[in-house]
Amino acid sequence: MSSWLDYTINGLILGNVYALVAVGLALIFGVSRLINFAQGSIYLVGAYVGWVAVVALRTPLFVTIVLVAAIAALVGLIIERFGLRPLQNSVRIAPLLATIGISFVLDQIVMLTFSPNPRALPSQLPDIRFQIGTGTIGPLDILIACIGITSALLLFVFLRYSKLGWAVRATAQDRDAAMQMGVDVNRVNQAVFGIAAALGGLSGMLVGMYYNQIDTAMSLHATLKGVVAEVVGGAGNVPGAVVGSLLLGLVESYGVAVFGTSYRNLFAFLLLIVVLVFRPNGLFASAKQAPPEPLTGTFIAPSRPVHIPRWALLVAFAAFALLPFLPVSSYVLQTLINAWLFAMLALSLTLVAGTIGLVSLGHAALLAIGAYTSALLSLDFSVPVSMSIICGGLMSAALGTLLISPSFRLRGHYVSIATLAIGEIISLVILNWETVTHGPIGVSGIPPLSLFGFELVGVASIYWFSFAVMVLLALLQVRLLGSHIGRSFRAIRDDDVAARAYGLSLNRYKALAFIFGGFAAGVSGGIAAHLYSYINHETFNTQQSILALTIVILGGLGNVAGAIAGSVALVGLPEVFRIAAEYRILIYGIVLLLLVRFRPQGLLGTI
Amino acid sequence: MGAEIEKSTNAAVVRHASLLSLRGLTRRFGGLTAVDDIDLDLAEGELVSIIGPNGAGKTTLFNLVTGLDRPDGGEVRLDGVPITGFSPEKLAGRGVARTFQLGRVFGNLSVMENVLIGAHTRLRAVKPATPLIGPLLELGLALLRPAAVRAEEEQLREEVRGILARFGERLLPRIDQPAYSLSYANRRRVEIARALALKPRLLLLDEPTAGMNPTETTEMQGLVAELKAGGLTILLIEHKLDMVMRLSDRVIVMDEGKKIAEGAGEDVRNDARVIEAYLGHGLSQPAAAARETAA
Repeated sequence: MSSWLDYTINGLILGNVYALVAVGLALIFGVSRLINFAQGSIYLVGAYVGWVAVVALRTPLFVTIVLVAAIAALVGLIIERFGLRPLQNSVRIAPLLATIGISFVLDQIVMLTFSPNPRALPSQLPDIRFQIGTGTIGPLDILIACIGITSALLLFVFLRYSKLGWAVRATAQDRDAAMQMGVDVNRVNQAVFGIAAALGGLSGMLVGMYYNQIDTAMSLHATLKGVVAEVVGGAGNVPGAVVGSLLLGLVESYGVAVFGTSYRNLFAFLLLIVVLVFRPNGLFASAKQAPPEPLTGTFIAPSRPVHIPRWALLVAFAAFALLPFLPVSSYVLQTLINAWLFAMLALSLTLVAGTIGLVSLGHAALLAIGAYTSALLSLDFSVPVSMSIICGGLMSAALGTLLISPSFRLRGHYVSIATLAIGEIISLVILNWETVTHGPIGVSGIPPLSLFGFELVGVASIYWFSFAVMVLLALLQVRLLGSHIGRSFRAIRDDDVAARAYGLSLNRYKALAFIFGGFAAGVSGGIAAHLYSYINHETFNTQQSILALTIVILGGLGNVAGAIAGSVALVGLPEVFRIAAEYRILIYGIVLLLLVRFRPQGLLGTI
Repeated sequence: MGAEIEKSTNAAVVRHASLLSLRGLTRRFGGLTAVDDIDLDLAEGELVSIIGPNGAGKTTLFNLVTGLDRPDGGEVRLDGVPITGFSPEKLAGRGVARTFQLGRVFGNLSVMENVLIGAHTRLRAVKPATPLIGPLLELGLALLRPAAVRAEEEQLREEVRGILARFGERLLPRIDQPAYSLSYANRRRVEIARALALKPRLLLLDEPTAGMNPTETTEMQGLVAELKAGGLTILLIEHKLDMVMRLSDRVIVMDEGKKIAEGAGEDVRNDARVIEAYLGHGLSQPAAAARETAA
């Protein structure tokens, strides 16, 4: 049994590690008002560079540290130069999406190079513990504390006494004024990304050594933890990020002490949601601030949707409806069933992210709610499957809207963070609420799809069923977009301040968007559950959220036909070309990056 | 119909009382007092202009009146009812409409849709006031679209065409074009059309002629004069003094958050403090000279 002092030391050490990530995020946010979702990937790169150095090259510790910091900084510079600088004058959503794309590309490259299996990362330090009062401390703890404090001091000196440091602070305070005074903003961005990446890489290496294990799933959680710490401290506030990190470390450490390890991440995300809702400017922001700058039409690219003639839509509909009569293999039909299920998710996301402008990164959680509701209702309460799927949709609509509603007053990047966190919370609740969700073993033996008591046997009937449901949801969505509600959604997306000045309640319409979108996603999840017959807390994961987002961007934000076409393209084409599963996410990431760079309005245009 | 009766009776009752009244309105940003203890009364049907150098606090004052910002002190009353700190959506429901200094049209919405948003607070058939389940009913009605809902939408569209016709051939030919494709001047016009669609009792115009050439300015001046003649109560922020002098019943001059002068146009123009405020730091000497030559 460890003592409280142990938990405190553990919390502070963890906090130190988070601080290395969070400080980088704060610096980047400060100068470019961007939350860098790729920060966790640099952390991952740092961990694996550390592994190569320690295990393969057997470098001494000091050299390892220098090597990790240098390579991570290089990756940061490359991201800044080739990923973000070309987007400087584009819409605000572009850099956000770019960092998401970069993050997926980097993670996949690391995974393809090193395999997803966990590896041990020895710390090279003697395994001894020093007794302090009732607790103990090891050499690695001291190393982490030293690196944390040294980095903080170096950063302080840099920002305070160097010319480039002044430029960074000036840019953070007022970018335009700094540019007019001759500050080279590109150099500032470079410096900031380099520093942030070096710190992030070191953090990854230290965490790997701390747990003596690294794996490719570290990336997303590092980003999330760093963002939590940064937001708690106040976005862009460097000292705030340090304090936020230490607080997060302590909250987690005590939380684990009281409730157990499987709840670890829950506390981080709950802390984030609480802070976002009650103090969206962070714990240390002054209460009064000038009203935010107008975002008029700058978040989403303006564009005219591509007009598709009615006959073309009818021909496409007929072709897909008649497909099972043609001599096609059941493999093709199965692929398309998958595409239709994704299309429902994409319809949901294109409404929420595209039409009303809440870029959700945790959308797969809505699938999970629908899937679990439908599966458990049909299993435990013998509800007919078609009814349970509808209940899944309704539950997803209700619960999803309820959970996201505290975040309705947030804008831009903050919505993305909140949805990401809520997605993780849902997955953690499913994992831990064993009495209802069966916990980590998942739900098996889910009854197959049936309609009016007739089981849908054969791939053709399942194909028609999923296709029909998808088309129905799409038609409903088109009808919604054509109503005053669709108009109101788009007005809120384009300029929420002007929308409010004309009597549009943001809460009301954001809730309606989530209710409608939640239903579509829940139905998709419900169908999937009965199709797979087994689900667990990992069936619906972030990769699906990101795929859905890529589909939505590809098709054009808010564009119903685009969401469907995008699903067929991104789910179907990799099958057609037999691309191995592990390369697909890499391809999705690259597609996302190319779209953001060259056609941000998507193939069919924003509606 | 009912609304019209209500409006005419209101007008009769409060003819002499003020529609909008501000008392001691104050807003501070850190060390800066952007709006400093402002009193103002606006009678029904009156047009009052607020002038002053850049940074005098005019737009902040508008934000306080329309609920986009909350005052640190003082009170706003509409029709004698305190509305201080009300949300913008609530104020829109009470007939307060505004345009924005920098132009805030909905870029991806067509001209028609932009102006229809202005009529949002007047939707009745599709937005039942039922508590709790109101939003769900609204969703259902939007999807089902019974005859009453379709009729309401059609009537509003007709009305929007009427409003757009007031701008001559400026907007009507572009009715289905997205607002981002419009010229700067046309965006300003769309904003005013959107404000009119609300059927406002109080209209706040924030530099409606900014960025317009002399012809367009004259056109806009004519429109504002028409609105005033129609009995609309207007609070106007404007830099073009010619227009201010022609249109206003009264002029208020602000500088550094304070009201430094108030009265009829000519009196204000010759007020020593006003001249100092403008020439002292509002306008540089060459600009003032240029103004002289232009006049």
